[in-house]
Amino acid sequence: MFVSNIRRRLFVTAIALMATLGVATVSMAQNKPALKIGFGMGLTGGMAANGKAALVAMEIWREETNKKGGLLGRQVEFVYYDDQSNPSLVPGIYTKLLDIDKVDLIISGYGTNLIAPAMPIAMQRNMMFLTLFGTNVNAKFNYPGYFQMMPNGKEPAVGLAGGFFDAAMTAKNKPTSVAIIGGDNEFAAMTIEGARVVAKKYNLKVVYDKTYPPSTTDYTPILRAVQATNPDVVFFASYPNETPGIIRAAREIGLKTEVFGGTMIGLGFAAVKKQLGPLLNGVLGYELYAAEKTVNFPGIDAFLKIYQSRAEKEGVDPLGYYLPPYAYAQMEILGQAVEKVGSIDQKKLIDYIHATSFKTVAGDIKFAANGEWEVGRPMYVQYRGVKGNDIDQFRKPGPSAIISPKSLQSGELITPYQEASK
Amino acid sequence: MDISLDLLFNAIVSGILLGGFYAAMSLGISISFGMLDIVNIAHPVMIILGAYLTWWLNESFGFDPILSAVVMAPFFFVLGFIIYRIYYDRFEKNAGGDSLRGLAFFFGVLFIVEMILILLFGVDYRNVNTGYTDVSLKLGFVSLPYRLLIPCVLSVSLLLLIREIFRRTYFGRAVSAVAQDPLALQLMGVNPVKVKGYAFGLSLMIAGFSGAMLMIIQSVQPAAGRDYIGLVFAVCVLGGMGNLMGTLFAAMILGIAESMTSTFAGPSWAPAVSFGLLLLTLAFRPQGIFGK
Repeated sequence: MFVSNIRRRLFVTAIALMATLGVATVSMAQNKPALKIGFGMGLTGGMAANGKAALVAMEIWREETNKKGGLLGRQVEFVYYDDQSNPSLVPGIYTKLLDIDKVDLIISGYGTNLIAPAMPIAMQRNMMFLTLFGTNVNAKFNYPGYFQMMPNGKEPAVGLAGGFFDAAMTAKNKPTSVAIIGGDNEFAAMTIEGARVVAKKYNLKVVYDKTYPPSTTDYTPILRAVQATNPDVVFFASYPNETPGIIRAAREIGLKTEVFGGTMIGLGFAAVKKQLGPLLNGVLGYELYAAEKTVNFPGIDAFLKIYQSRAEKEGVDPLGYYLPPYAYAQMEILGQAVEKVGSIDQKKLIDYIHATSFKTVAGDIKFAANGEWEVGRPMYVQYRGVKGNDIDQFRKPGPSAIISPKSLQSGELITPYQEASK
Repeated sequence: MDISLDLLFNAIVSGILLGGFYAAMSLGISISFGMLDIVNIAHPVMIILGAYLTWWLNESFGFDPILSAVVMAPFFFVLGFIIYRIYYDRFEKNAGGDSLRGLAFFFGVLFIVEMILILLFGVDYRNVNTGYTDVSLKLGFVSLPYRLLIPCVLSVSLLLLIREIFRRTYFGRAVSAVAQDPLALQLMGVNPVKVKGYAFGLSLMIAGFSGAMLMIIQSVQPAAGRDYIGLVFAVCVLGGMGNLMGTLFAAMILGIAESMTSTFAGPSWAPAVSFGLLLLTLAFRPQGIFGK
């Protein structure tokens, strides 16, 4: 009886002690200051459609991480400002984040034009800088702390356009000429530069090489001028507000060419898919995710399910195929790196990210020395069989046949464009 | 590049279609800036507000953008009248007619409306699909896409209608008079503030109409209006301040210049040519091509 009482008391004491320690641990974690991640993001202005979608994805990661106890036992807090899609505001935002808000880590806003102005500040402070969709930004900076999420490969400009040409060159009648057109902006300039290099590699004669201003409303004069040069391939590097107008104009003039498309940003957005519907048929366009059977990144379905459940309420892209998985993957990389390194020592984090292959919802990601993906996989799909304007058809395999890269290919290129567009 | 007849005709036709739409976008500015001396820099965002309401009416009630333009008209008229009264009470009355002081007010309106659009509709691109959006009228080798043809025809018709209203009605003459001499108008027993309020309401009504037409042409997002600020003021100045027919011709000139440059010289030269034309006009005819 006495022994039993002692045992019971010991047991109760042990439980109480464990509980106390447990509470103390939780209490210590709660008392630790939050780990602050700072960034500017385009929540208004031209980049806002993607900026807000990225923020939704990042918030999903933050909530999940905090539920698991945060990073390094610290709750994760975002400190962010609307950069208004305006590059001139970016240096001020990052200076404030680091000097006034005293954030522990910084990441970029969305897009080449918003990443480049933050680079000098990240470099001056030797900060690890994970960036969201910049095209060849580090070519001029050569900063070892720069990491970029767009899957373009070690030579980003060439890699991005290269996927299109890899796909285009599988046409039945081998193309010999190309028209290259893009907007007057940093992204298009980089992409066009890459397109010229790849065109040369494939011995394609460049018969039209021009840019257009961002205020362009009607693209039919441009497409008619392109048609007059009779190219086998028509390559556009365009932004989301431009892409629908270009595709409509191609249909309106009855563009005759073997392959039509390019790095047309926007095709991955549900709003553009809904808007264009069957007009998409035949276009060889740039996507980052397609619901094809060949694309099966672990965790992406679960992520998209959570994202899509929030998207409508937040007024952002309801499909989330373009940026959100990569914004979430960026945070996964940051989280994994901080946990493994065990501190926010920037040098150690940079070294760790360079040395590691990360498993993310956007697939396995390993960065090259210049911060781009070691092995790129820009995805070019040819739209086919699109009927009506219902975006639900894109949730199933079929309408976005992947032509390039080979590793994800789910269909053969149909040519010429006029035939494919039927 | 060789200049073929086919290319030349299509470039001119595209320019005319584009110019027609530019005319509608600039018509409201011609009234507010050209006639009333109100630097309404928020006019383009009002066009975007019109575009969003068109989208909402289409999503909620299935309204065609043309019907939406009619349905929205009273709302924009009242909105314009209210905005003008605030502007008048806070700026015009106290600033002694210095329109530049009101510029800050309209910048504020621009940002507030843009933010309201973001809060109400989100930042995603919005568009309206109609039966005629993806159809073209073929006349020989000239192709007329309905998504440009309909806005052009309706815009030019609206402009001509408003010109007739200004020429033939008491209200129209009062607006013209208030632009020339508000004091004289007051001496004749007419309240110039009320007349300006109605005229400003009319200019926003036209902005709403332009938004509906914009929805036929392309998709929009809340900040899309910023792209058009330069254009609408350029058309207004080029045509001659407050000259409605001048606005139409200036819009056509800029549209054709843009289209011809895009076709034959390269699209990136289009703004340079358009604004070069504006500079030349200002150098040799500071009052604008059709200004007096």
